[in-house]
Amino acid sequence: MIEWITLHIVEKYNFWIAMIIVIIGLTAVVVKENLLKKLIGLSIFQTAFFLWVVSLGDVGRGDILRTWGLRTGAHPILWKEAAEKGYIYMNPLPHVLMLTGIVVSAATTAVALAIVIRIYQKYGTIEEGELIEKELQFEREGVN
Amino acid sequence: MQLVEHFPVLIVGLSMFTAYTMLLVGFLDRRLPYYIALIMNSFFFILSLFILDYVLTVGPIRYWLGGWRPPWGIEYVVDAMNAYLLIIVISIIILGLIYSRSNVKHEIEERKHVTFYVLVQLMAAGLYGITVTGDLFNMFIWLEIASLTAYALIAVAGGRALRPAYNYVIMGSIGACLYIFGVCWLYAATGTLNMADMRLLLPLLYTDKVVQMGFAMIVVGVMIKAYIFPLHLWQPDCYTWAPSTISSMMASVHVKVMFYILIRLFFSVFTLNFIWQYIRFDILLCWLAAIAILAGSIWAIKQSNLKRMLAYSSISQMGYLLLGLGLSAFSYWGVVGLVAHILNHAVGKGCLFMSAGAFYQKEGLRQIKDCEGLGKRMPFSSAAFTIAAASLIGIPPTAGFASKLFLILASLDAAQYQFVVVLLLSGLLNLIYFWRVIDKIYFVKHEEATKREVERRGDGLPFSMLGPMLFLASLCIVLGFVWLSDLSTPLMNQILANLGVGGSL
Repeated sequence: MIEWITLHIVEKYNFWIAMIIVIIGLTAVVVKENLLKKLIGLSIFQTAFFLWVVSLGDVGRGDILRTWGLRTGAHPILWKEAAEKGYIYMNPLPHVLMLTGIVVSAATTAVALAIVIRIYQKYGTIEEGELIEKELQFEREGVN
Repeated sequence: MQLVEHFPVLIVGLSMFTAYTMLLVGFLDRRLPYYIALIMNSFFFILSLFILDYVLTVGPIRYWLGGWRPPWGIEYVVDAMNAYLLIIVISIIILGLIYSRSNVKHEIEERKHVTFYVLVQLMAAGLYGITVTGDLFNMFIWLEIASLTAYALIAVAGGRALRPAYNYVIMGSIGACLYIFGVCWLYAATGTLNMADMRLLLPLLYTDKVVQMGFAMIVVGVMIKAYIFPLHLWQPDCYTWAPSTISSMMASVHVKVMFYILIRLFFSVFTLNFIWQYIRFDILLCWLAAIAILAGSIWAIKQSNLKRMLAYSSISQMGYLLLGLGLSAFSYWGVVGLVAHILNHAVGKGCLFMSAGAFYQKEGLRQIKDCEGLGKRMPFSSAAFTIAAASLIGIPPTAGFASKLFLILASLDAAQYQFVVVLLLSGLLNLIYFWRVIDKIYFVKHEEATKREVERRGDGLPFSMLGPMLFLASLCIVLGFVWLSDLSTPLMNQILANLGVGGSL
């Protein structure tokens, strides 16, 4: 039992933490009524994904990843032998991918914030329940 | 290296460059960006014709960006499937641009015109990029460019479009995140991001939980973007309140390109062997598609808003594509139906949304009940609407009949007879919801209609709006003959060969 915990939880704690944060973010997106809080949840969700992928670059401890079924593969900068000889290094590719991912996430947040501002100007509120009420009111009055 | 092999990257690169040039030129004159976009996209259309010719006669184009070899560098791969989709995307973007000429003046404030066209061009760049790329991560970048611009283009209408646009941002970001997460799982398992390389490395790992999980995440992520049935919730409101041009572009090509990612994933990254032998996903996909087809149609019958009805109809039509994908594991006719329906639905739904936009622009009507006597007031738009509706219902000799025939053949070939029933039933449901509108247009008399008929001849719409609409409507009929004749056979055989599906027409 203790071996199992060590193998699957303690040694891979960074993956577990990232997954817990993903779930926190997703819960915020689903549960919160306020549009801004939803957006904060989305940001947490995305950032936690990045955290997970960056942890993937740690091939210095390649054995741990391999027991979990993950292979380090053909990364471009260093050879596989380097890991076997015991050099500690990071696979740079996940970092580079997530650098791009961060840019995308920033753009998404910017677009969403702009839309939230417009929603506030139009409806005077950013609470989802009140927005739906107002929309039903528009529907009755025939406003576009 | 031949000149044609540079064309895919030229299309994508020049699209991005054009978008920013348009923004700069927009400061000089607000009308210029429209013309620049039109000229450049027409140029891309010619290039894409050369690409299709080269792909059909010589073979797939493989372009290495910066000269870096594929497993490490980014590779652009164009085979028959890409070239076919690229032509569809570029032509619909051009027709949408022509249509938008007078439509944006009506639906969007003047000061936003420059940014509107810049965003359309950027969205086009994203769509072209997804179409030509052979690298999973590069595909994510183009996917995000296409999606971010789509969020902004829906919100540009203002008013009621804002809340749906916000929902789309949230749902779309979750979808894109799941996509990139799945790609990273596959990367962790294989150590490569190149599709062709991954296809070679994956077969040893098909039983691997990491690979299967990565596959599942990509599928769910892309399904959100392509509004496959249970994940469609953002879509109806977006299409209802977005500008008509954008509704028509998104319903006809944006979602097709999103669906194309699934096709690439199924045929080029994984193999059909994996789908039907290792995870038994095919029959599940077929049933999901059957539910999508029926549920979308039934919801469409309930709607009172015209564009909203078309939006639900799109959900049902995406079910056809998914059914083709699911059936392709059993029979190559599934792929034929899928490939044919990509074009048929792009043409038909583009035309329907364009006519809905024309009705709104001229008569200010959004509700189906207001369509009374429209056949007298706007004869050409109504005719275009009716022909496109007939195509989607699947009445011979229209294009929709051909793709439904292929799908029925696929179900029969696969001995999955329940899906024949689903297809026939959905044809009936399509007839019901389109008949509600057509009945109002042609068979209900309107007192003012006769009066206005004297006042003006035709639709009272400029040719820039009528032209694309009527062109697409005539294409609905022409394609019906093309699919059933021998004309499309070389292309279809090439696509079947490139996707690695046995059999030929």
